Amino acid sequence: MIKVNNITKKFGSHISLENINCEFNKNESIALMGANGAGKTTLIRSIMGYYHLDAGEVLIDGLNPIKQRVEVLKHISFVPQLPPPIKLNIEELMQYISVSANVDKELMKHYANEMKLNINANLNKSFFKLSGGMKQKLLIAISLAKESDIIIYDEPTANLDPKARDDFYRLLKQNEKEKVLLFVTHRLEEVKDLVNRQIYMDFGKIVPDERF
Amino acid sequence: MKNLYLIAYLDLKESIRAKWFLVYSLVFGGLIALFFIAGVTESQVMGFSGLSRLLLMYIQITIVILPIFILITTVRSISGDRDSNILEYMLSFPISLKQYYWGKITGRFITVYLPVIFAMIIAVIYGAFKGADIPWSIFFLYIGVLFAMSATFLGIAFFISSFVKSSEVALGIAFFIWIFLLAFIDIALISLMMQQRVDEGLIIFISLINPMEIFRVAAISLFDPELTVMGPVAFYILDSVSQSTFMLLSIGYPLLLGLLFAFFGYKIFEKKDLV
Ligand SMILES: Nc1ncnc2c1ncn2[C@@H]1O[C@H](COP(=O)(O)OP(=O)(O)OP(=O)(O)O)[C@@H](O)[C@H]1O
Ligand SMILES: [Mg+2]
Repeated sequence: MIKVNNITKKFGSHISLENINCEFNKNESIALMGANGAGKTTLIRSIMGYYHLDAGEVLIDGLNPIKQRVEVLKHISFVPQLPPPIKLNIEELMQYISVSANVDKELMKHYANEMKLNINANLNKSFFKLSGGMKQKLLIAISLAKESDIIIYDEPTANLDPKARDDFYRLLKQNEKEKVLLFVTHRLEEVKDLVNRQIYMDFGKIVPDERF
Repeated sequence: MKNLYLIAYLDLKESIRAKWFLVYSLVFGGLIALFFIAGVTESQVMGFSGLSRLLLMYIQITIVILPIFILITTVRSISGDRDSNILEYMLSFPISLKQYYWGKITGRFITVYLPVIFAMIIAVIYGAFKGADIPWSIFFLYIGVLFAMSATFLGIAFFISSFVKSSEVALGIAFFIWIFLLAFIDIALISLMMQQRVDEGLIIFISLINPMEIFRVAAISLFDPELTVMGPVAFYILDSVSQSTFMLLSIGYPLLLGLLFAFFGYKIFEKKDLV
């Protein structure tokens, strides 16, 4: 489903990804690990089509995520490492997503509820005024409500309390079937039940690749 | 198209809530209110009176402040969203870059254009209510001029915002462009003219590449040339091309310039990384 062919990404003289090759297929749940600055976020952004690569290409179901971004992104749910300071209020953000990505608003609310986030009390609040954990809960709820074949999470649990983490893993467990789940994490023990493949990155390269 | 409207609509809503928009609307609304309080419509100076005089003063001030307002508030729109990782999230949904960019411009255009027009409409309504004659041709010309002016500077601002990195640099460029178009070109041309070595037509041509100068000339183009105090450029232009040709030019050329800059901005946006 996701094919990463020999990609290299440099920022100035710094090489963030060096000749990365990998493939992620249906029913795989991958824990992507590695030290800070190893290149995990850079790899994920390359898959999302955000970077113009110095070499190689990414193909998602055979499509290029830069040139055919609309087609590709229809099938991806994504939660970034840091929730951005979006100024839209919650209602508007949900409108943005429901119109552009055809996601049911009620379903977003349902998952927010499951994540113990009270959306109705915050509809008119700007997104950036929510607490860090609330932001992550909302982004997670949106990612679950969006019907996708590929779910990409860049450390979405950093700000969540333990209870919320459990909720999140439970919901994800129900949701990962027939999909690719790509999960950046520093805590393997937490996602052990969830993943069936581990990838380690170091200095812009993929080290071992264990399947189990 | 659906996504373009969506983005324009949400950007518009977001802008209207912003503090700068409040200041912006108050400035233009306040300007009109001030004119009425000061009794501009009642005075008779140099042959034009009533509403046409008020509108002329309004547009002359607007030519100076609208560009800097637009530049300052817009010059970081794209690059700011890129640096704060807003693009990373907002563009993780199936929206084309084209729809996003042009949607943002459309929303921003409506935000900056409506208050200046609205203030003018209120002036006309209030003036008519007080019994003044409405100078329709001037009114419609100014609607067009303001449209073109908003487009020009919005285009330039989006162009800058597509590549500039820090907000300090962005603001610096914005100020420079503004003061350059407002004064530097004129000063340079005046000194050239005084040396009397350069052809007059060439000087006029150069000064008219400057959209700000075009707007200045357009603002007084409907007034009787005998009565108005106009600069040499305006006199030369209005003397050598017909009024209607000039009016089309004065709206068409800046509009095209704005679109061109916006288009180049889009090309850069497309070529650059989104985070
Ligand atoms: N926009 C950028 N400009 C310059 N360098 C960058 C940029 N983005 C990432 N880098 C560099 O690329 C390298 C990899 O960064 P990346 O964000 O992919 O790391 P990461 O594995 O996600 O780390 P973390 O666990 O801290 O999130 C780092 O050395 C970082 O400084
Ligand atoms: Mg990271």
